[in-house]
Amino acid sequence: MANEKKKKLTKTQQEYQQLAKAKEPPRPVFKNCVRAFLFGGAVCLLGQCIMQAMIVWFGFDKEKAGDPTVAVLIFLSVLLTSLGVYDKFAQWAGAGSAVPVTGFANSMCSAALEHRSEGIVLGVGGNMFKLAGSVIVFGTFAAFVIGLIRALFGEGGGS
Amino acid sequence: MLKGHQSWWFEHRPMIRAAATVVGPEEGRGPLADDFDIVHDDLRLGQDSWEKAERAYLEEAGKLAIENAGLTKERIRFYVGGDLMNQIVSNTFAARTWTIPYIGVFGACSTSMESLALAAQLADSGAADFVMAGTCSHNCTAEKQFRYPTEYGSQKPPTAQYTVTGAGCAVLSANDGSGGPVVTSATIGRVVDMGIKDPFNMGAAMAPAAVDTIQAHFRDTGREPGDYDLIVTGDLASVGYEIALELFRKHGVPIEDTRFYDCGLMIYDRSKQPVGAGASGCACSAVVTYGHLLKRVKRGELNRVLVVATGSLLSPLTYQQGESIPCIAHAVSIEREE
Repeated sequence: MANEKKKKLTKTQQEYQQLAKAKEPPRPVFKNCVRAFLFGGAVCLLGQCIMQAMIVWFGFDKEKAGDPTVAVLIFLSVLLTSLGVYDKFAQWAGAGSAVPVTGFANSMCSAALEHRSEGIVLGVGGNMFKLAGSVIVFGTFAAFVIGLIRALFGEGGGS
Repeated sequence: MLKGHQSWWFEHRPMIRAAATVVGPEEGRGPLADDFDIVHDDLRLGQDSWEKAERAYLEEAGKLAIENAGLTKERIRFYVGGDLMNQIVSNTFAARTWTIPYIGVFGACSTSMESLALAAQLADSGAADFVMAGTCSHNCTAEKQFRYPTEYGSQKPPTAQYTVTGAGCAVLSANDGSGGPVVTSATIGRVVDMGIKDPFNMGAAMAPAAVDTIQAHFRDTGREPGDYDLIVTGDLASVGYEIALELFRKHGVPIEDTRFYDCGLMIYDRSKQPVGAGASGCACSAVVTYGHLLKRVKRGELNRVLVVATGSLLSPLTYQQGESIPCIAHAVSIEREE
């Protein structure tokens, strides 16, 4: 916590926060990183296999094979979420299950499932982007900023 | 009658005539499973929403408690209860079903002892002949309201706790001399805020409130830790429990004279169940007290118990706005009477 914020706390509160910090079990950062690497990597490997299959068996070219691949991954994620197991993987995998497209699909599907009880429009429709909405907002904004930079300096990638 | 600054001494020793507990599947896999009246293997109980399921748990517990007391619901004068849901809907809707005059209370997870203390006060003062106290919580409604959708894949830190699915109710009356567990005193806690902001570390936020109330109880009643066979806190879980022990040492409270433990560490087997630091929720202290502890008091294994239910009085709105977590604890002493 920043020192600025700490000044607002009383001395007893500051002392207590030190005690609480000392008693807090540390997050297993290294273990989490390894697991995220393995699980996230496995998802990407699976994606690559699906893509290869699309090219070899379904006659997509390299450029176009990405779209059906993503669709399959999203379907798998939604299926696992609906069966109630995606969140169990996620507790193990951490960022490894959140970062790929499967994490995005899970965030939408879980919100839709959860709020189904409040109706199709206000429940599912209104809450589906509860978690994913911020990804879209900031993703779009980041793309806009990068687009501006590229338009101004015209560098990177040439078309 | 008032004792000290913030405690009630129940001179007529109102008795807990009967209690009932209903829990969900994860609690049924824990070490206390045999002490609960009903263990459901279905989180939903056939309802079409989590909120209705939570209500169904409570309605079942209340109905059973009244039956166990050998009464009908018409004879219960008042029901005192609350839960974690916005506008305490689980209890309100259950009270609608029961049609018992209803006093809704909110103390987050401390509601179990808050409602028991108030019910004991009503029974002791003669304001009611039969009165019921109860509370409930549901893992999925709590996740939905306070955290993320239940199926959302997010990794929880090791300090996070697992909300108990279940409900506990107790029927109290004036003491008719037939023996059993009686309520002898209660200490109403102050709201304590030590500036903890992490909603995934409730134990650390609540520990100071528990210690504050326990110290107030000893000061007001003139009792000491050694006067109790067991002192349990509500849902501090492993992190908060360790902090509470440290605070007792620091404040010079001889807690080692008694057995001090936490309901949040009793209901699950943390080595086998995926519950993080331990249990939480209104039902945690309610089902451990009404299911497990009352049975041990009846069997004579415990003569005098102090239950200190702890609650975090936050809302999803306040922590998103960066506010710290205000906490509270209420203590009720339960004794065995021949």
